Amino acid sequence: MSIDTATVARIARLARLPLDADAAPQIADELTRVLDLAGQLANAPLDGVVPMAHPQAQTLAWRADAVTEFDRADALLALAPDARSGLYAVPKVLG
Amino acid sequence: MASGIAQLAQDLRARKTSATELAQAALARARARADLNAFITLDEAGALATAQRAEGRFANGALVGIPFAHKDIFCTNGVRTTCASRMLENFVPPYDAGVVEHLRDVHAVSIGKTNMDEFAMGSSNENSHFGAVKNPWDATRVPGGSSGGSAAAVAAGIVPFATGTDTGGSVRQPAAFCGITGLKPTYGRVSRWGMIAYASSLDCAGVLARSAEDCMYVLSAIAGHDPRDATSVARGLDNYNAALSTTLQGIKIGVAREYFGAGVESGVAAAVRYALAQYEKLGATLVDVSLPHAHLAIPAYYVIAPAEASSNLARYDGVRYGHRCADPQTLEDLYTRSRGEGFGAEVRRRILVGTYALSAGYYDAYYLRAQRARRVIANDFVEAFKQVDLIAGPTTPTTAFKLGEKTADPLAMYAADVNTVAVNLAGLPAISIPAGFSDGLPVGMQLIAPAFAEGPLLAAAHQFQSATDWHTRSPGA
Repeated sequence: MSIDTATVARIARLARLPLDADAAPQIADELTRVLDLAGQLANAPLDGVVPMAHPQAQTLAWRADAVTEFDRADALLALAPDARSGLYAVPKVLG
Repeated sequence: MASGIAQLAQDLRARKTSATELAQAALARARARADLNAFITLDEAGALATAQRAEGRFANGALVGIPFAHKDIFCTNGVRTTCASRMLENFVPPYDAGVVEHLRDVHAVSIGKTNMDEFAMGSSNENSHFGAVKNPWDATRVPGGSSGGSAAAVAAGIVPFATGTDTGGSVRQPAAFCGITGLKPTYGRVSRWGMIAYASSLDCAGVLARSAEDCMYVLSAIAGHDPRDATSVARGLDNYNAALSTTLQGIKIGVAREYFGAGVESGVAAAVRYALAQYEKLGATLVDVSLPHAHLAIPAYYVIAPAEASSNLARYDGVRYGHRCADPQTLEDLYTRSRGEGFGAEVRRRILVGTYALSAGYYDAYYLRAQRARRVIANDFVEAFKQVDLIAGPTTPTTAFKLGEKTADPLAMYAADVNTVAVNLAGLPAISIPAGFSDGLPVGMQLIAPAFAEGPLLAAAHQFQSATDWHTRSPGA
């Protein structure tokens, strides 16, 4: 399956990654090769096989409905590139 | 540092040395081998403080006062944790990972954080924002990846052990390339809490050390249930130390014919065959087994891992932590430029592949199909383990390749994982042990066990290492 540059642009937009127009053909070629590798699965007799999402066939653990996280707002906000008045700061979203 | 953990612990108890002396010596060796680029951060102040607390407690366990290093993927409270990415270049976590807590609790002394492939995506340690790591056996070659810094640090004798993570072979493959022992436990046996996520259904914390015995000491410390990790298994711990003395008499080892297939260098195959003959001499029985869907492992892995990565790495948005671009104009601009500047080429490639595989119209053809392949790959192991106790083969098809040899061809790089990824897809424990040399470079042999059979797995590796000396060989020695 061949990936064209328009598809690369669409995926890059979905992934919120920038795309340099000059680099798009090379990326398209690389993705084509990786997806061709994945394409080997197309010919394998896998119809009807139950998909396996996870190695352990276990159910999610239950825990008591109790507070486990304590107020660490200052420590967490200190990691942010920009935080003001106890809030994460981002560019203006609404005009 | 030729001495294993048991010898160092004995020296500490006999007051022949101190935890502080061991930490200082390890830090000095790390600085003397800066050429390897094995470390991203050295934590001298933290190491000396931990060593100070360890003094006088040596009767409490084998790891008290033993220096080691953490792969820079484990969050360390107050110590920069980069995942070898520009994205997290200045990230200082406000908490410790579960593995870090466990090793702190037993007073092991971390001297710093090791280099790795960015976000653990790579098989050569060349995908690091902080530069490639060199193989201590040959500085023109890669140490393997993604836990390449940990492997190089142990192989060069800087520390007796280091932590690593293994999503598709990232502990076992660098262990093989650097001539050391690398243990990947069963998925769910060791907490993933605080371990920066790459592909959550495959990621597994592991150990790189000189011997299976040393891996046993570390596994005994880090294994166990952690309610903060929903995939951590609530299951009692085995006595791995007691298990080590189990002999190989009556043990059946399946020799997987697919692991000796095309692409496996003759020198690698010969070394592993010779090691298997040693196993026979020690009482094991070799049985030819087949894993008929082994050829689907690489295609399935390179759909599932990027798909999970594209989801996990969506959290890096330049808002809450990590790299933010300069002067963002809009929120979209902030996300896109921050991610473009923060992620390296291989990480961007895998995010794109994963995004495509999960996108509308392609989900069934790629992701769901890969999950079906995952099932038949895992079932191959279930069938094989009806006949045998362990499965063996070369860890890698080749010895360590040259720096730069495969960087231009992602698919050639992915092929380095051909014998390791199936184990992650099935969630099984496996170990790579030194099994000789090919053209002067170390060869690793992989042993695979059923889920939660770390005891028998470590025993089989330990019994081999008790009768051979490949694991004691050091570069330049």
